[in-house]
Amino acid sequence: MITGRDIRKKYIRNYPSAFCPGCGDGMVLNALSRAVENKDMNKDKITAVSGIGCAAWVPSPYWKVDTLHTTHGRAIPHALGVKVGNRELEVVVVAGDGDCAGIGGNHLIHAARSNLGITVLMINNGLYAMTGGQAGPTTDHGEVTLTTPFGNPAAGLDVAEVVKAAGGSHVARWTTYHMRELIKEIEHAFSTEGFSFIEILSQCPTRTGKKQGLSGVQMLEWYKENTSKDPESDKIFVGRLADETKPELSKDIYDQIRRCGGEPI
Amino acid sequence: MSLNIKIDADLCTGCGICIRFCPKDVLESSEELNRYDNHLTKVARVEDCIVCRRCELYCPDFAISVEEEE
Amino acid sequence: MKGPGEYFMEGNEACAEAAMRAGLGLFAGYPITPASEIMNLLCKKLPETGGRFVQLEDEIASMATITGASWTGLKTMTATSGPGFSLMQENLGYAVMTETPCVLVNIQRAGPSTGQATKPGTGDVMQARFGSHGDYEIIALSPNSVQEMYDMTIRAFDLAERYRTPVLLMADAGVGHMREKVKVPDEVKIEGRREPEPGEKEFFHTDRPDHVPPMPKFGDGYELMVTGSTHKGDGTRDTAGYETQDKLVRRLNAKINDNRKDIEDWEEFNCQGADLVVVSYGSISRPARGAVKKAREEGLEVGFFRPKTLWPSPEERMKEIGMDSSVLLVELSLRGYRMEVERCVGVDGVTVYDRINSLPTIDMIYDKIKEVLM
Repeated sequence: MITGRDIRKKYIRNYPSAFCPGCGDGMVLNALSRAVENKDMNKDKITAVSGIGCAAWVPSPYWKVDTLHTTHGRAIPHALGVKVGNRELEVVVVAGDGDCAGIGGNHLIHAARSNLGITVLMINNGLYAMTGGQAGPTTDHGEVTLTTPFGNPAAGLDVAEVVKAAGGSHVARWTTYHMRELIKEIEHAFSTEGFSFIEILSQCPTRTGKKQGLSGVQMLEWYKENTSKDPESDKIFVGRLADETKPELSKDIYDQIRRCGGEPI
Repeated sequence: MSLNIKIDADLCTGCGICIRFCPKDVLESSEELNRYDNHLTKVARVEDCIVCRRCELYCPDFAISVEEEE
Repeated sequence: MKGPGEYFMEGNEACAEAAMRAGLGLFAGYPITPASEIMNLLCKKLPETGGRFVQLEDEIASMATITGASWTGLKTMTATSGPGFSLMQENLGYAVMTETPCVLVNIQRAGPSTGQATKPGTGDVMQARFGSHGDYEIIALSPNSVQEMYDMTIRAFDLAERYRTPVLLMADAGVGHMREKVKVPDEVKIEGRREPEPGEKEFFHTDRPDHVPPMPKFGDGYELMVTGSTHKGDGTRDTAGYETQDKLVRRLNAKINDNRKDIEDWEEFNCQGADLVVVSYGSISRPARGAVKKAREEGLEVGFFRPKTLWPSPEERMKEIGMDSSVLLVELSLRGYRMEVERCVGVDGVTVYDRINSLPTIDMIYDKIKEVLM
C-alpha cells in the first residue's frame, strides 16, 4: 500500500516548502502526484511548466519531474512549444489566477481555442498572494484587498466558463476541500487528448485568511459550505463543465507534416 | 501487524488540516512548536485509526505517513 | 526546400530556405511587415522537411513557444520586425537566462512605433543589445545581401547551438525584400548543442573555458529545473544568495565576451592608412560600399569597414581604425550603431551620415565623403 512517505519520496523534492502553513498549493501538489501515481504514468515523460507566483512553485522546484519555470503569464505558450516540440511528453501547466487569467488570459483563451493537448491547473485564491495580496482578475466585486482598500470596483471573471466558451475539450472546477474528486479529475485530464483545464479554488490563509479572520481549515469549510455539485444551485458549481472530444493542435500539426511527406524531426 | 503514524517534525507546519479531516479523531495539536511557532500535530489515539489515509491525502506538507509494520 | 544550386531569391525567402537547410524543427510566429514572407513560405515548406509550423496569437507567445520547443531538442526560430521585437524582449531575456538556443530574426523597419512598415530602418541596433532588462550579452548578426541572409541564418543556428544562447539576425526591410542571386552550398555544417555526458548533473554552470554547459532535453529523466530566477548549477532557484548571482550572471556575460574571437566577423578593405574609413552595415552598406569605391577611383584615401556581427561588436578592430583614420558612419538610423562606434573610435573622430527614410544613392554618400574630407 502506498504511504504518504512513498508519495513524498517519489514525487517531491526541496521540501520543506516555502508555502505558508495551511496553504492549498501543497494540497494541489499532493493531488497532482497521486493522479500520476494512480494512472501509473512514466514520470520521465512529464514536463511541468509554470509562470510566476506562489502557484508556480508547485512544480518548480517541488515536483520531481522536468520543470520549466517561465515568465509571468507565459507558461501556456512555453508549454505549447514543449508539446508541439515533442508530442510524446505529458505537459502540465500549474498557474495562479492572476498569472493564468490576468496577464496570461489571452494565451489561455487561444490554447483552449486550438485545443492544445496540455493540462492546465489554475489554482484560484482570488488575488496576487506572492506580492502582498493585490486584487486580481478573479477577485469578487466589493472585496477588500491590498489594492482595493475601498472594495473592488470590478467584478471577478468566471474563468472556467470562459475556457469552456473558448473551446477546451475538458473543463472542470473543484476546490482543495474536494481532494478525492480533484484527483479523479486530474486523472481524467491526463486521459484527455485535448485541452484540459481545472480551476481549483484554493485557500490563502496568509492574505485572504488573515483579512477575513479565517484559518486554512476554516477556509476549507467555507469551500464545503459554498459550493455545490448541482449546476442549478446558487452556490459555486463544482464538477465538470465540458467533456468533449475534438481535434487537437499538436496532433493536427504532426498529421500535416506526414501528409506533406515529412517525418517530424 | 502494527500501525505507526509518523509525523515529520521538520515538515509539519501545524496547519491542522489533517486533524479536521480525520474521521476518528486520532490526531490533535501538541504542545511542541515548529519552526513557524505553530503547534505540531501529534498522534493521540493510534488505536482508533481505520487507515482511511485521509490525513495523507490532505496534508499540504507531506509530513504524515500511515505505515503498517510487521 | 531548395537544394544546392543557384537561385534568384528574395532576402526573406533566403532566410526561410536556410533555416530549413539548418534543420529547423519548429517555427512559431506572428504576421508583421516586412517579415511576413518568412512565415508565409515556412508554413508551406517546413512540414515537408519535418519541421513544425505554428502561428501564435502574438509575438510574446511566439518567443515563448520557440524557447519551450528548444528544450525538447529542436532548433527553433521566429521572425518579426520592430513592434514585435519590442514585445519579445521579456521572453528573450528568459531565453538568455536559461541558456536556450534559438534564432530571432528582426527585419527592421522605420520606427519608432508603427513608423513606416515597408521602409527599411536600423533603429533597433541598441535595443538588440539592451532591449531586455538586467545584465546580459547577445549575439546579433547583420546581413547586407540575399546571399548573407542565407549564410548568416545558417551561422545564427550554429552560434545559437554552440553557445547555448538566442541569436539575433538583425536584417532590415531593404535586405528582406531585395532580390538577388544566391548560391545554396553543397554542404552546411552546424555543430549542434553539446549533450550531457553520463553522470553530468550541472546544466547551468560549467568550469570549461568556453563557459558553455551541456544541454539536455525534456523527457530523458533528468528531472530538469529550468528557471528564469537566479539559479545554481543544477538549476535550483536561489533568489537570495550573493555568490550564486555573481557566479551565474558573470558567466553568462563571459560566455559571449570571452568567445569574441570566434564570434566576431566583419568585412573591410583599404582601412590601413586611410584618411577616412566609411563604417556601414545592413542594406545602406551597399550604396556606401559603392561610394567608397567611387571615392577611391577619384584618388581619395578612403577605406570601408562593415561589421557583420553588430554584437559582440568588433570593437578592437574599430579602435585600431580610429587611431589612424576618421570615420564616417553611414546608417539608416539616428541612433543605431552611433554610440558604439563613437565609444570605439572617439566622439571627435566620427561623422554620421544618418538617413531615416529609404536608401540613398551612391552619389549622395560620395558627396558626403567629399564633404568630410574637405
